[in-house]
Amino acid sequence: METGGRELPEVKTAARWFHKLGSPKFFFEISGRLLPWLWALTAILLATGVVWALGFVPEDYQQGHSVRIMYIHVPAAILAQSGYVMMAAAGLVYLIWRIKLADMALQCAAPVGATLTFLALVTGSIWGKPTWGTWWEWDARLTSTLVLLFLYTGVMALRSAMEGRGAAAGRAAALLAVVGVINLPIIRYSVDWWHTLHQPSSFSLISKPAMPMEMWLPLLVMVPGFYLFFCSTWINRIRTEILHREYRTDWVRELIRSNDV
Amino acid sequence: MSAIRILLATIHRDLLIHCRRPADILNPLMFFLMVVALFPLGIGAAPAVLTEIAAGVIWVAVLLSTLLSIDVMFRGDFDDGSIEQIVLGRHPLILVIFGKSIAQWLVSGLPMTIMSPVFGLMFHLNAGGILALVIALLLATPVMILLGSIGAALTLGLKNGGVLTAIVILPLYIPLLILGTSLVDNAIAGLEYTGQLLWLGALLAISTGFAPLAAVAGLKIAVKC
Repeated sequence: METGGRELPEVKTAARWFHKLGSPKFFFEISGRLLPWLWALTAILLATGVVWALGFVPEDYQQGHSVRIMYIHVPAAILAQSGYVMMAAAGLVYLIWRIKLADMALQCAAPVGATLTFLALVTGSIWGKPTWGTWWEWDARLTSTLVLLFLYTGVMALRSAMEGRGAAAGRAAALLAVVGVINLPIIRYSVDWWHTLHQPSSFSLISKPAMPMEMWLPLLVMVPGFYLFFCSTWINRIRTEILHREYRTDWVRELIRSNDV
Repeated sequence: MSAIRILLATIHRDLLIHCRRPADILNPLMFFLMVVALFPLGIGAAPAVLTEIAAGVIWVAVLLSTLLSIDVMFRGDFDDGSIEQIVLGRHPLILVIFGKSIAQWLVSGLPMTIMSPVFGLMFHLNAGGILALVIALLLATPVMILLGSIGAALTLGLKNGGVLTAIVILPLYIPLLILGTSLVDNAIAGLEYTGQLLWLGALLAISTGFAPLAAVAGLKIAVKC
């Protein structure tokens, strides 16, 4: 009884904070202050990573200069998957708590994630030409990335087809994203099992890197850089979406009148 | 009403509706026949080539025909408004959807499974391959219907629902396609295929448990309840 009494206020604060963050106005204000820093950090990480990777990393003894594509390809592929999971998480939050902001987050994550998936496919294809000697190889991970692109496409297509049906569009897209994320491991394992000639995963924080330190470190810069890029772009899009959806509210009108957007 | 009776009543009702509008059911089956028949015409009728592509062609054709026929699962009820009564009714929606899925399988998945040995013969499969094809389809077509019901529920009432259902659901069918074709290919080559069989069974168990839940949620979204 007593411990329950002590825990209660804490839960309440957490819930209130959750509730507050779910309010578009609060999110708009907080993210407005946060975003310049995020963009600055993104720019620093990406610039460092790119210069390091393109200019200073030694050539691979087998692949030569073409190995530098890895520094775009691997982070893009990681973000393609993480992006889908984040989108589905937003979908789950929307389905359970009906927080409008989560719906906007889902809507805004989809195109960014799909673009990064496409980037991963294109760079994978370009990397495949000098390495495997073909532009497209039906290898397991390239194929499951292609399937991931299909999943993103499905969510976006459903959403745009239901445009004009109000909240139903967002809930349908959220449900599909959640169904997709449940299926994602099954799809990945089946495709892996179907065929694999891809080199084992290049980047892992837990296991010892399979490449020399001087090649691995720039990747360690690029991956967080891509994460930050994803988040900054995402937040930016959410802010635009908030203004678009809430343009009738007083605070947005006030904002526009004071020209402080 | 007990759960079994709700289930049986739903199956009975849906089968009756399907029987009174046979074209909705027969057209996807004709489509199945045509798609499979087009491949030998396009690729050439050399028996060795046909045996090699048989599993893939038949499976892709089954997937596409399932998607074509899944549209009728809720469409008629949606058009005449009875779906709203079903959603608002006091019987658990999940049982109704489960019954609808079974009825749908009886008129689309099962006939295609029964038709498949004929295609096996047309594509010069050996007896082991044909048997494996039938067993694999028996396990996989219910999964196709169950996953498809999610897409059918989500796209209910949209203008170009058919194409959209395909775009939304086809990626989810990929594991089935991979497992099913590799099962049949193994059987043709005379190899062991218990692993694939168990995987298909596992997928059937998972989707029996979870797909109707998603379909319920999708249906509620579609009728705005």
